[in-house]
Amino acid sequence: MNPNLTLVVQGLAFFAVVWLVMKFGWPHIIGAIEERQNRIAEGLSQADKARKELADADARVAEEIKKARVEATSIVDKAQQQAAQIIDKARQDAIVEATKQKAIAAADIEAQAHKAREELRGKVAALAVAGAEKILRREIDANAHKSLLDQLVTEI
Amino acid sequence: MATPHEPAAGADMTGYIQHHLHHWQLQVGDSAFMTLNLDTLIFTLLCCATFLGLFVLFARRATAGVPGKLQSIVEAVVLFVDGLVKETFHGKSKVIAPMSLTLFGLIFFMNFLDLLPIDFLPWLWSGAHSLAGHDPAHAYLRIVPTADLNTPLGMALAVFFMVQYVGLSEKGVVKFFAEFFTAPFHAHGALGKVLLSPANLLLRLIEEAVRPVSLSLRLFGNMYAGELIFILIAVMTLGAGIAHASTWFLGFGQFVADFGWTAFHILIITLQAFIFMVLSIVYLSMAAESH
Repeated sequence: MNPNLTLVVQGLAFFAVVWLVMKFGWPHIIGAIEERQNRIAEGLSQADKARKELADADARVAEEIKKARVEATSIVDKAQQQAAQIIDKARQDAIVEATKQKAIAAADIEAQAHKAREELRGKVAALAVAGAEKILRREIDANAHKSLLDQLVTEI
Repeated sequence: MATPHEPAAGADMTGYIQHHLHHWQLQVGDSAFMTLNLDTLIFTLLCCATFLGLFVLFARRATAGVPGKLQSIVEAVVLFVDGLVKETFHGKSKVIAPMSLTLFGLIFFMNFLDLLPIDFLPWLWSGAHSLAGHDPAHAYLRIVPTADLNTPLGMALAVFFMVQYVGLSEKGVVKFFAEFFTAPFHAHGALGKVLLSPANLLLRLIEEAVRPVSLSLRLFGNMYAGELIFILIAVMTLGAGIAHASTWFLGFGQFVADFGWTAFHILIITLQAFIFMVLSIVYLSMAAESH
């Protein structure tokens, strides 16, 4: 009950324990805690960064898709235009060609017809003359009726 | 449970209690002061070993990775003390936080010995004494170091010296000693200062003297009273025989009382350790601040 020398020993022991804790215990524990806090903070900030990067990437992808879609649309439009142009040109070419061919054919037909007509005319004249000759061999002098025959030829 | 097993104490109630309150002592000098309470010292050493094992040896393996269960507990205690110190103490000293942790942890472990069955270790001790051929009536053992006035007083005096040291190192010698005469009553003008200085000095001396006394007596009183009540509960079946009906009745009462007091004491031992630490922090922070 009465205080004795024990209290001095207890006080010194207390100081010794405090010294040991201060020197070897406390810094380790606090150091570990602070390091963990830093690590957690770092991890959180990195997660935030990653999330932001992901959002950026998403936005970029969406942008790219939009651009690609616009480009594709324009390509399709252009192709359609080109196709229309090609068809148009082909049609026009065909029309021109057809007209040309028709003109050539018409000219040809005309020439043939003319030729045939001339031929026919000559033949008819000859036939007429021959007929007339046959009829008139006896009565008509060819020379005497030459003007008449000429007139006949022109009329036919 | 507290069942009396000490044959040496006999059935005599006063003798039993006195035997329980007697330290195992070693006389090292001529005067009464030159005595060492060996039981207090041994159990203090055990508590220090437990505390240091937990907060120094174990702490050296502390990792910044995912903490284990024990490390979580250690860290929770350290963070709790650290927060308390940071909140209250604004000086530069690096020793305050480890010292507060030591106060709390060490006092808690010492107080915790009070929860061991009151007769268990003394019974083993007296048995060992008889085996060694000594008289078991002289086998004294008090296992709770904080129920010995020397321990709280030694710690309170250590805190007292730390308060003076912190005051000196934070304020400087001149300011430290000047405040003996200028605080708590502040005066304007030379005459007022001279007139008030004796009152200031007196108050300061009383304050400084009272602190270690109140600090140590609060802890000692609580633990001593707790131990005494455990002893009184144990006395309920002192020298009882199985044949007596009162033994069964009192035995049940003893069980209930002991259980209740032990449960309540868990609160007290923690609270007293906490109060000792908080008051020490407050004294230290008051010493570090200028008045």
